[in-house]
This record gives sequence, structure tokens and C-alpha cells, in this order.
Amino acid sequence: MAQPLEVQEKKELVAKGEKTVPARYYVPSTDIFETDDALKLVMEVPGVDRKDIDIRLEEDVLRVEARIDRSKYDGMEPLYTEYGVGHFTRSFTLSHRIDQQQIAAALSDGVLTLTLKKVQQAQPRRIEIR
Amino acid sequence: MALMFQDPFETLLQFQQSLDQLRSSDWLQTSPSGGGSYPPLNVFRKGDDIIIIAEVPGVPKQDLHIEAKGKTIRIAGAKNFGADANASIHRRERRGGQFDRAITLPIEIDSERIKAECRDGILAIYLPRAESDRPRSIAIT
Repeated sequence: MAQPLEVQEKKELVAKGEKTVPARYYVPSTDIFETDDALKLVMEVPGVDRKDIDIRLEEDVLRVEARIDRSKYDGMEPLYTEYGVGHFTRSFTLSHRIDQQQIAAALSDGVLTLTLKKVQQAQPRRIEIR
Repeated sequence: MALMFQDPFETLLQFQQSLDQLRSSDWLQTSPSGGGSYPPLNVFRKGDDIIIIAEVPGVPKQDLHIEAKGKTIRIAGAKNFGADANASIHRRERRGGQFDRAITLPIEIDSERIKAECRDGILAIYLPRAESDRPRSIAIT
């Protein structure tokens, strides 16, 4: 990959309801891939520690909330800024083809990967001709 | 401008607002490529020293190269992520590629004492102000 990397403006969350936390939320950039047996969600949550990630599944909605640690910026006075700092949140509606018992999450270098296994019936299979 | 935080719940919002106020700051205007290039960065002052913080999610430490020469700091690297060849793509929002950015600071820095760390997709470069650049208090005789 030789093309230069461009900056993507961070997308701020437009909340449906009123937020109870007086802080800004951003929508993490996400890639979604589908393989034969699973759906993969890869999202960018820079600056978030693994203990500050909250993944909830409720009524077929997978909600990811990743909070940054504000205290790291203590005593620091901004001089020049190019991006906003805030928590991340995003929700995904799952289809019934996802096995809700088998969702795995991994975090590395600020990238959260969720692996959602498909239910057996949804996996491609070969049908033998008898 | 000192930042004072009283209510712990309000601190992030106040911090975000103070970041917003600086969106149009011309602090790095003399840099060869200020603004718009990757990675996006924020510059902070802590005491006498300068801290540059950049968001580089998905870039491993070993793929980042940081160089310092005089007042100029260069941040270069590549963000690569491969998808499985047999995976179908439903959504593609992340971008990859190479980046090379140089920033020139308006103060003298002590290049021997520069420290950089990269954790959870955040690169922080600590730039101590050079002793020769520090303000000196002058005794009135």
C-alpha cells in the first residue's frame, strides 16, 4: 500500500436521546467483514484501555461504548488542536443469523475487533446429490 | 490560560471546549505541513515542556518512525491492515496507507531528552524545552 493516508474527520455522535454524561461522544470508524463462519467488526477506538470498553447485547442490539481516560490530560494546556477528544460509542443491530452466545472481542493498538459467529444454519454448506 | 477543573464530571466537557477554541490556532503555521496531514495531532504544554499527541489506531509501535532535528519532528509510518481474501466487505470506513509528517515547533527543544510512547493507538511525544530556551528570572538590583 503506497498511497498516502488522509485524515478522516472524526464523526461526532448525534444522540437520539439526551446524554447523561456531559462529554462528547464520537462514532468510531468501523469495517465490517463477513467470512464463511463469522462476521467481523473492526473499529478504531484510540486511547481507550481494555477495561474501559463496555460491550452490551440487548434485544438484538450490540452496543459498544469505549471511554477514554481524561486524567491522562491533567495539567496539560492545549496549544494547537486538530482533532477532538472524547468517548466512542456505536450500536449495531444483529440479525438472527448471528449466534449471540459466541461473540468474542479483542483490542490491540487502539483497534477493537469483534468476532460474531454465525449460527450453524447460516453457514454455507455443500449439498450432496444422491 | 490555566485550566481549572472542579467537577470531575464536567472536566471532559470543559477540556473538549478548550480544544475546540483552538481549532483555528496558528501556533504551528510556519510548519511545512501544518494541518490536514496524517496523523491528526494535538499539541499541549505541560509546565515548560511540549507534548504532541497523535491518534494512530491500528499502527503498531514498530511501524512508527520518529525523528527529531533541531526544532522539527518527523512522524512517519504506515498503517496496514489486511482483510481475509475470502471475506466479503460490508462496510469500509477505516483507511490505510503511508504517512510522513513534519512539524516545526516555535521553541527550542532538548533533542537528547525527547521521549515517545505509543499505547492503545495514541502516540505521545514528550519534548522538553531546551535549557537555553527557558525563561530566566532576572533579579532587580
